[in-house]
Amino acid sequence: MSGSQTMNRDVNTAVIGHFPGGVHPPERKQPASSKPIRKLALPQELILPVRQHIGPSGKVLVAIGERVDKGQRLTEAGLSQGLPLHAPTSGIIAAIEEHPTAHASGLPEQAIVIQPDGEDRWGNKHALPDYHDVEISRLLELIQEAGIAGLGGAGFPTAQKLAQQKPLKHLIINGVECEPYIAADDRLMQEHADDIIAGTRILQYITRCDSVLLAIEDNKPEAIKAIAEAIGDDPQIHLKVVPTKYPSGGEKQLIELLTGDQVPSGKLPMDIGLLMQNVGTAYAVKRAIIHGEPLLERVVTVTGESLKQRGNVWALLGTPIQHLLDESGFTPEKKQRIIMGGPMMGFTLPSSEVPVIKTTNCIMAPTEQELPSPGPELACIRCGACADVCPATLQPQQLQWLAKAKDYDELEKHNLFDCIECGACAYVCPSEIPLVHYYRKAKAEVRNIAREKAKAEQARKRFEARQERLEREKQERLERHRKAAEERKKMQQEKADKPESKTKEGDDKPAGKSAAVAAAIARAKAKKAAQAAKDSPEEDNSAKGNES
Amino acid sequence: MSLFGAVIALGVLALIFGVILGFAAVKFRVESDPIVDQIDEILPQTQCGQCGYPGCRPYAQAIADGDDINKCPPGGEATIKQLADLMGVEAKPLDDAHGEEDVKKVAVIREDECIGCTKCIQACPVDAILGAAKQMHTVIEHECTGCDLCVEPCPVDCIDMVKIKAKPETWQWDLDTVKENIKANSIPVKVVE
Amino acid sequence: MSFRIAPSPHGHNQRTTSEMMRWVCYALVPGVLLQSFFFGPGIWFQIILALGTAVLAEMACTVARDRPAFSALRDNTAIVTAILLAISIPSLAPWWVIVIGTLFAIVVVKHVYGGMGQNLFNPAMAGYVLLLISFPVQMTNWLPVSTISEHSLTLWQTLHTIVFEYTPAGYSVEQLRAGIDGVTMATPLDTIKTELTRGYTLTEIYQGPEFSYFAGAGWQWINLGFLVGGLLLIQQRIISWHIPLGFLGGLCIPAFIAHIFAPDLMPGPIVHALSGATMLGAFFIATDPVSAATSNRGRVIFGLLIGFLIFVIRSWGGYPDAVAFAVLLANMCVPLIDRYTRPVVYGHGD
Repeated sequence: MSGSQTMNRDVNTAVIGHFPGGVHPPERKQPASSKPIRKLALPQELILPVRQHIGPSGKVLVAIGERVDKGQRLTEAGLSQGLPLHAPTSGIIAAIEEHPTAHASGLPEQAIVIQPDGEDRWGNKHALPDYHDVEISRLLELIQEAGIAGLGGAGFPTAQKLAQQKPLKHLIINGVECEPYIAADDRLMQEHADDIIAGTRILQYITRCDSVLLAIEDNKPEAIKAIAEAIGDDPQIHLKVVPTKYPSGGEKQLIELLTGDQVPSGKLPMDIGLLMQNVGTAYAVKRAIIHGEPLLERVVTVTGESLKQRGNVWALLGTPIQHLLDESGFTPEKKQRIIMGGPMMGFTLPSSEVPVIKTTNCIMAPTEQELPSPGPELACIRCGACADVCPATLQPQQLQWLAKAKDYDELEKHNLFDCIECGACAYVCPSEIPLVHYYRKAKAEVRNIAREKAKAEQARKRFEARQERLEREKQERLERHRKAAEERKKMQQEKADKPESKTKEGDDKPAGKSAAVAAAIARAKAKKAAQAAKDSPEEDNSAKGNES
Repeated sequence: MSLFGAVIALGVLALIFGVILGFAAVKFRVESDPIVDQIDEILPQTQCGQCGYPGCRPYAQAIADGDDINKCPPGGEATIKQLADLMGVEAKPLDDAHGEEDVKKVAVIREDECIGCTKCIQACPVDAILGAAKQMHTVIEHECTGCDLCVEPCPVDCIDMVKIKAKPETWQWDLDTVKENIKANSIPVKVVE
Repeated sequence: MSFRIAPSPHGHNQRTTSEMMRWVCYALVPGVLLQSFFFGPGIWFQIILALGTAVLAEMACTVARDRPAFSALRDNTAIVTAILLAISIPSLAPWWVIVIGTLFAIVVVKHVYGGMGQNLFNPAMAGYVLLLISFPVQMTNWLPVSTISEHSLTLWQTLHTIVFEYTPAGYSVEQLRAGIDGVTMATPLDTIKTELTRGYTLTEIYQGPEFSYFAGAGWQWINLGFLVGGLLLIQQRIISWHIPLGFLGGLCIPAFIAHIFAPDLMPGPIVHALSGATMLGAFFIATDPVSAATSNRGRVIFGLLIGFLIFVIRSWGGYPDAVAFAVLLANMCVPLIDRYTRPVVYGHGD
């Protein structure tokens, strides 16, 4: 069967569902999608934040000054959600320090800095060309050890996503890439379609799923052609071409588009028998299993009109953004913005010291003319344009009022947390209200309130426990005092009791005592008397006085 | 005679409804938190005593007994608003006499200066300080409520109240803070509020 | 190197609120031109007066509310309000009528409620209702359209009448309204209402000089002018079609049914649609987003409600036209409509 025939058979433009809303911002993907992916010169240093994915960071395994090989493990995965990190090239560990990370906050986090030695010397690789006789749990382990996180978005560790096993209806491979400007997946599909399909088959083998839906937006004809050829006549992989609309590449939107189903709020696609992986992830899985190469580099679209050379590059993880910009002919304008991610959902970087991480799919240096800054925020006129484009059918204008009023209960009732922050609402808002920004702040605030509440609850418990302890200690002290007092009393009483008992035994006791005293006195008297008799009669008086 | 009948009929009806209501009152009684618990729930549980009561629960009791709701600086405006809602009174500004709303802090002991006197341990309302006599003390950071109560008793002044550092996971989406986070030479940033 | 920080999204489609309001003004042009043709140049003086008052009032309010004086003017909404009010009142109404109406609309209805975006009621219509209730004589002094009028005023005569309430020759507006036979002429809707109560049938009423082709002479063309402008707004996606459709449906469907049952007592849908302020209301007034429902379903219901209320008031109420009252009544229902038409959020369906 020839390629074109396969294409005709498999390319299915009639997608089942559709999702509400969405926008059509200018695509501007051409500079990146039309040129081959470039290899970059090695940067001066590689900065690898220890935590690049959702979840706790791993334990650092290397020390400053240590020589590392390409692919050598730098951190050990944490207990539950961690992912190991590998040296993207051979070199020396120059530092392990706090470094600004690829996060909207620009807050520093622990990072390992490698000085490449230029040899690019591989360490041990455990290639596994035929994985079919290997146990699935071993494959998952290999994917985990290769440090693969979802390369499309949030960077959830891939092996953990795959391990949550439930019977699957479809495995969805996401090659939609709906953000304007970005063509990293597009170009990867054009150049490595066979690898992506091979990776897809590994994922399919792991999930034991016999229906794969590979979705690509219809503005990528080259990628569609390449993938259709790579699929060949595989009856289990179906190529789905979806109409171009932002945000059709969003997980929930694509699911609705392909299956007509919605993922219930607060649930995962897995709960309705679906699993989604990005094409980049499929490619990384193939490299990891078949070639034994951990995740060391990724395709990054470097674009924007402040750059002379726009296009895709293979960037080693940890490559400083400055290096990417330098290699692309960067001439900054006044008040230049550098955006990590696309124009709709990306965040601006405060500094070019920030490195490329596993989820970095695009670096943009747009000019002001190209992506004008929003004008001053005007009042909401309730025009409802935002509600019309919201892919989650939220009421953005209502959320905005509530967020401004800090009415967090009501915000949750209006399903703030179903907002995917796609930015479509703010994109169309005629009053140029930064809606998404309000939602993000409100979400952070709601989470913070929950955290504070948990902490307050903890503090209350500790306070009460302490009060209880103090009370107990007081009681114990009192008890001790009481006991001690009782003891003393008892002792005294005992002391007092002894004579008493004797008195009871015989009434002569006090008498006896006084008798003894009297006897002693008498003895003394006698003595004195004898003395007095010897010396003088006056002494007798004093003795008498003593006696009285 | 008909008057008599009417009185009896109404009387019987009253009796029946009385029984039904009485039964319903017992059967469908809504178990609600005592008001003190509800107030205590709202208070920030710093146990700092700035309100003049020895802890949050005593203050909750005092509010339930009619004290003002604006004496809690750590809770600040948000807490006052919630209390006002709960108690059905007007929210009012924080009473300055009890201190001002401040950023969240934790106590940190400069450990080399600590003489191990245990005074701070006794002062801590939530048992968040570890140590023993003549042994160096330390604060369990995530248990510290930042109440300030350990600072005063320290005879060598080795306890500092430090601002809690933001981490990427607890960061508040405040673009204003980005520049100070990375200490880069600042460019004036316009952030729409 | 350090860079500028900004929240995402980093692009914007270029249709701002100010531009939308500008488009609304452009779309009013055909209707306003026809109105000035049929009712003389007075409408231009009214618009100028209203604009001046609105701009000053808006600036005064923003300054009083501690905001920069020109900040609120930027969005052009005050201008739209002023124009809508100016073209809703009789062209020869005395100057203080429009000044009071505009002041009320901007100061009380808009800024007292919290300014742009916060007003519960449509400012122009609230202003109109205030004027109608306070100055019923001035507010119903519509001249007969120029094609059937005895008098036609020059620019100077018009200005004189607006300022002094008399033409330079000393005629009052009341006198100007007299037809050839000396009988005072009213608007077509007014005529229908009064003549019906006098026992005439519609067929007889339509014989009068106030009527031609489809509905009231002149008025029908003005309405068609606003219809054209409204369609332009829909085509430009400034307004969605839901409110106008609901509006016209709510008015014309009951009118049609009633007309079938009582053809001589109930005017048909075309007469309703092309009389009074129907088209102005459907495309320019009811579509004011601030005081309208927000979801598409809600908008249809909102429109239907206005249309139906207009039909009811026109047929059985005390006023010949009812757009303003219907709009204000529907404004009051908006929170309720919004509450019950909130769409199901993704992942919350069954």
